[in-house]
Amino acid sequence: MADDPYSVLGVPRDASDAAIKAAYRKLARQNHPDLNPGKPEAEARFKLVSAAHDMLSDPDKKARFGRGEIDAEGQERRPAGNYRRHAETAAGERYSPGMDEGVLDDLFADLFEARGRGGDAWRNPRGGRGGDEAYRLDVGFTAAVLGATERLTLPDGRVLSVKIPPGLVSGQVLRLRGQGSPGRGGAPSGDVLIEVQVAEHGLWRREGRDVLMELPVNLAEAVLGSAVEVPTPGGTLRVTLPRHSDSGRQIRLRGKGVAGDPAGDLIVTLRIVIGTPDAALEAFLRDWQPEHPADPRAGLDAAP
Amino acid sequence: MITMHVLLTELPGLQPDELRGWLAAGHIRAERGPDGPVFTEFDAERIRLILDLREIFEVNEAALPLVLSLLDQMYELRRRLGLTS
Repeated sequence: MADDPYSVLGVPRDASDAAIKAAYRKLARQNHPDLNPGKPEAEARFKLVSAAHDMLSDPDKKARFGRGEIDAEGQERRPAGNYRRHAETAAGERYSPGMDEGVLDDLFADLFEARGRGGDAWRNPRGGRGGDEAYRLDVGFTAAVLGATERLTLPDGRVLSVKIPPGLVSGQVLRLRGQGSPGRGGAPSGDVLIEVQVAEHGLWRREGRDVLMELPVNLAEAVLGSAVEVPTPGGTLRVTLPRHSDSGRQIRLRGKGVAGDPAGDLIVTLRIVIGTPDAALEAFLRDWQPEHPADPRAGLDAAP
Repeated sequence: MITMHVLLTELPGLQPDELRGWLAAGHIRAERGPDGPVFTEFDAERIRLILDLREIFEVNEAALPLVLSLLDQMYELRRRLGLTS
């Protein structure tokens, strides 16, 4: 029992003739074996789709199938993909476009010669292109955030100017076209490939296009709110802290992260530092009766 | 060998005039027989392919030479590369 022709074409049982035809055309286009050589699954799909369409486009067969008088097998359809089977054999010469023999022979000679030489040459069938040269370059944290131009001195004494795009990450490879080994017989030179290593930083770290840092503040700055100086990759900024800030509070400085469009943000996490308390602070705390006493450990749950 | 009469019987979608047009344009080849052109199985499949291109892909007469030329080049390269399926 073959597949139900309606489900093969993906149409409902009450689909109009036009809808059946449209569904058939769409599927047949995707799977025509003469246009998809080397894809055996396309041929199988095409056969199913053609058989389904043949049944549903014939009013007599469609009605008999609907009444259950015949099953979905229908009759044997012409096998699809026969044209391809002729065209791919030597007999296919019958419709040869008459490509220039010399050009083709050269192309094939190059292909097979290149295949013998190995991977990189295979991608460059002309064969004469110069080789690529690989180097490593250490880039500072700030340079990778803001972008910079670094100088790379090659073993042969040449100095290359390497543009570092903002947002560069460790392991990324920059390609300088045509700066590698010269090609043979007038062929283009290879490329210089530079794998970059971005340095860590004691103050900042990267998370995508954002830069994160922890900012120590004292008790008075956190409670009363005040202007503090924040070191950012682009230079020091004066930032006014909100009143009643607490440890862990995050302040987002828009556009102060990785440069570019859109630029990333600098996310500052406050950390309250008490330092060495003096007698006045001790005395104040001893006498202090909080208006809203709160247990900071409420909600801590040691259960797994 | 297949005569024009047999071909027209086997392929209901085919009109004699358009087949003559394709012969004249070189899209289809035929040998000279005692009662007009005769075709190989390969020629007949190519005619089926053209009918498919027209019916399924809605390729019109103006675009047909381009499509056939691209297909002929593809199969030429596949033959050369020994790619058969």
